[in-house]
Amino acid sequence: MRHIISLLMENEAGALSRVAGLFSARGYNIESLTVAPTEDITLSRMTIVTRGSEEVIEQIVKQLNKLIDVVKILDLSDGSHIERELMLVKVRAFGKDREEMKRMADIFRGRIIDVTEKTYTIELTGPGTKLDAFIEAIDPVAILETVRTGASGIGRGERILKI
Amino acid sequence: MTSDALGIMINDSFEWVAGMELTGAEITVRCLVDEGVELVFGYPGGAVLNIYDEIFKQKGFKHILVRHEQAAVHAADGYARSTGKVGVALVTSGPGLTNAVTGIATAYMDSIPLVVISGQVPTGAIGMDAFQEVDSVGITRPCVKHNFLVKDVRELATTIKKAFHIASTGRPGPVLVDIPKDVTAHKTAYVYPESVVMRSYNAVVKGHSGQIKKAAQMLLEARRPMIYSGGGVVLGNAAKQLTELVRLLGYPCTNTLMGLGAYPATDPQFVGMLGMHGTYEANMAMHNCDVLLAVGARFDDRVIGMPAQFARDSRRIIHIDIDPSTIAKRVKVDVPIVGDVGAVLDELIKLVRASRERMDEPALAEWWKQINEWRARDCLNYDRASEIIKPQYVIEKLWEVTNGDAWVTTDVGQHQMWAAQFYKFDQPRRWITSGGLGTMGFGLPAAMGVQLAHPEATVACITGESSIQMCIQELSTCLQYRTPVKVINLNNRYMGMVRQWQEFFYGNRYAESYMDSLPDFVRLAEAYGHVGMRIEKPADVEPALREAFALKDRLVFMDFITDQSENVFPMVPNGADISEMILAEEL
Repeated sequence: MRHIISLLMENEAGALSRVAGLFSARGYNIESLTVAPTEDITLSRMTIVTRGSEEVIEQIVKQLNKLIDVVKILDLSDGSHIERELMLVKVRAFGKDREEMKRMADIFRGRIIDVTEKTYTIELTGPGTKLDAFIEAIDPVAILETVRTGASGIGRGERILKI
Repeated sequence: MTSDALGIMINDSFEWVAGMELTGAEITVRCLVDEGVELVFGYPGGAVLNIYDEIFKQKGFKHILVRHEQAAVHAADGYARSTGKVGVALVTSGPGLTNAVTGIATAYMDSIPLVVISGQVPTGAIGMDAFQEVDSVGITRPCVKHNFLVKDVRELATTIKKAFHIASTGRPGPVLVDIPKDVTAHKTAYVYPESVVMRSYNAVVKGHSGQIKKAAQMLLEARRPMIYSGGGVVLGNAAKQLTELVRLLGYPCTNTLMGLGAYPATDPQFVGMLGMHGTYEANMAMHNCDVLLAVGARFDDRVIGMPAQFARDSRRIIHIDIDPSTIAKRVKVDVPIVGDVGAVLDELIKLVRASRERMDEPALAEWWKQINEWRARDCLNYDRASEIIKPQYVIEKLWEVTNGDAWVTTDVGQHQMWAAQFYKFDQPRRWITSGGLGTMGFGLPAAMGVQLAHPEATVACITGESSIQMCIQELSTCLQYRTPVKVINLNNRYMGMVRQWQEFFYGNRYAESYMDSLPDFVRLAEAYGHVGMRIEKPADVEPALREAFALKDRLVFMDFITDQSENVFPMVPNGADISEMILAEEL
């Protein structure tokens, strides 16, 4: 099962590598990992997307909790939550494709943030599945470059991860 | 200036004043003194020269100069295991640190509280591939409880305090503090914090009362109960509580390799060690019990074999451990209790005493009858009439000669298993062995650490001719600090456990397990300034041991020429169920 785990950790050098090292040392899957400081600069917030059986996920959460730098953890998948990912796609856009590309970006509520005579760079935000759908929908030959941030997540309503 | 007993010059006039500006090196030394450290095991080098210069000027603790950094950590580890205090090692950057890694990993696997201080190249040189530079924090990350790189001298004292706090609380473990050389020269006001509070680290102590109630209930309902305890009971200083509970209930008790001594081995309720080389009765009782109480143990592969096999038997499991990640890691449990084992056992004892329910006595009698039938197989029997020295015989005699009261360290392999099976430990912290990592070379330096912590104690290092050679250079340290360890070398000219596996599972192809060109250990011991003995006949074993242990102030290296073909039984083949043991009589 896919799980999205959020955690707060001390914003210290090496904290990220402790998490990454834990996943590789114990053979856990890691689909994506995003991290940045929070409004309190002593804390970083990380979102990890991983897959595993319930037992494996339980171990992942326990092992993460054991890391000294980790302050608090929430498995967002345990309740309702929102997740978003940002993707930048550079596509070929000339001739008749130019109009089509613009239309596709509009349909997916993407924004064109850079334009040249032959290319568009499209910014797209949404759950990972939406970004996948966009990639599926456009002509693969037209794709010059993609970059994705990996998912960030937050609980709905009163579900708050804060110290 | 005066000189101490070891001839080290000491500056008596050196004094610190609280809040005074000190260098990082002075702070490091002062922190160790203020932490109450008695012994530091170390080896100097470029990056730690400032610290060593301060060590030279102080007399708050004693520094033990080892001959290899691995031994510094093992010795600190032996000190920690035998005292329950935090062991301290000090090494230089680069190779000093990489040599220490084996020792750190050994302590990590067995949850031993250590603070390892390593020198680092100056902050400006980090990342420049400087001389003797390694990424110490990176290299040790997977084998420490936590580590720190101190980049600012103002954070040094707090970091060292945190290191001791983290190492010794919760599930203990080694903590590395890496200090760049320039930081040891920078100055700041010194204050050693009395305590530290970390928002991200709070060790649990008390167990959940509701869960403990459930556990008490389940224990009293058992018809075929079993109590299985591990190293956590030793580390948590809860042997007294464990013994009280086991006696109160009248249930059988087994200890893991790490847990030996937590329950007295000479007690009739003790069914021996369990696991791959556990007794027939302990493994059969594990296999057939209906309620299993696991205390400070982690169901590891050398204990229960394959989790899937183990789970096939229906039994209800209560698991007490301070580390939540240990619970439900390898087996599902019915009543998990996270907490300090001593505190949980105290509460459990209270509840069992207060409960109106009593054990099912007829069922219990039936269960003991069954266990005693298993016991009657006498699974540890060996050929006592042999004309060649049997290794088991040496351990049995060692136990007799030392009145079961020695502190025993081991290396890793057959001798370690025989020591575990045949030396009956009645007290915790007397058995010092590398269980998790299985580090050959651990025994001698660990014995040094034990002996230095307990100068009057009888300390034996049970080893083999292969293991002992992995840290044999420490014979020199033993002479320098007069540690009268008795080395019991079970010399069968083979890496015995490797040979045993090759015999059983590799068609008798003894690939590279024969130890050729062995040194003359007697002369080697003598060359190091110790007493050497070679014992070749069974009849000489006991007199030689008596002679050696009578030499109270000398290290005696006893080279016992033992049977090459002897194997450790019982043996659970890798991956089999623990009830599927190979017994000596079956071969």
